[in-house]
Amino acid sequence: MHYSGLLLDMLNGFDPMPLAKLEVGHHLYWRIGDLTIHGQVFLTSWIVIGLLLIASIAATRNAQRVPSGIQNLMEYALEFVRDLTKNQIGEKEYRPWVPFVGTLFLFIFVANWSGALVPWKLIHLPEGELAAPTNDINTTVALALLVSLAYFYAGFKKKGLGYFAKYIQPTPILLPIAILEDFTKPLSLSFRLFGNILADELVVAVLVLLVPLFVPLPVMMLGLFTSAIQALVFATLAAAYIHEALEGHGEEEAH
Amino acid sequence: MDPLVAAASVIAAALAIGLAAIGPGIGQGNASGQAVEGIARQPEAEGKIRGTLLLTLAFMESLTIYGLVIALVLLFANPFA
Repeated sequence: MHYSGLLLDMLNGFDPMPLAKLEVGHHLYWRIGDLTIHGQVFLTSWIVIGLLLIASIAATRNAQRVPSGIQNLMEYALEFVRDLTKNQIGEKEYRPWVPFVGTLFLFIFVANWSGALVPWKLIHLPEGELAAPTNDINTTVALALLVSLAYFYAGFKKKGLGYFAKYIQPTPILLPIAILEDFTKPLSLSFRLFGNILADELVVAVLVLLVPLFVPLPVMMLGLFTSAIQALVFATLAAAYIHEALEGHGEEEAH
Repeated sequence: MDPLVAAASVIAAALAIGLAAIGPGIGQGNASGQAVEGIARQPEAEGKIRGTLLLTLAFMESLTIYGLVIALVLLFANPFA
């Protein structure tokens, strides 16, 4: 893809603070064979994954009957995720899907907050800049396609080829819309997450550019709030889609 | 970049955001109003109503965000430049 920095050149023209640079569409490119990948996304994703791994290992390594400290926190997170899944998928079939929905929620949540809380901009890269992994469209598209695979798998596992009956269930006239829905689901999932996170970071960056101190703080707080809500929305929708595939009547309409 | 394309892209980006904000604005106003009404009528259900409200607000918000994505593509990754 060919990137051009229209607004970008303008904003980079006056650069009072090195912290407030806006770099959309500039990436740290890594080449693996014929593939070009965005290196900064991988670096931050690995850090996020590492954080989550360390937290889970620390919480389970020495489990006590009466939880305290990190174990308490992770048990709270687990209960939260379990209740979320149970509310969407229902009492009977929710259990096998807790790990999937929970992983989605925790990864997106920690990734979003890492973009706002960790001062990535202090670390200089040769090109591009470190930021939340979810502000790259490739990350969110990958997550959304995983959700698509998951609900197809859920439907096939439960009903076999009978899963396709839901496309013509009320009437075959709605077949194109039913097929279209399978494409719009991952599209809206990925765009929602990507747009929200990128918008947060852009608004904060523009405000820091204008007034470097104190004024961006309320917007940063709002950013933390929306980041958490977006992680919740993504996990909730993933669970809702899986539930829809398991039920197969397509009564719920969730976008 | 061709100045005509640049000007058109900037105007299109502004229109994308501005127009995409109208509908969700009305929708969010409606939803919040109804939620306040519900809480006033049944204060004990406040927690549940607030949770649902925040979730639905995020869905409406995403419509504006789609406009924002288009605007960002036009400004930073313009395919016609």
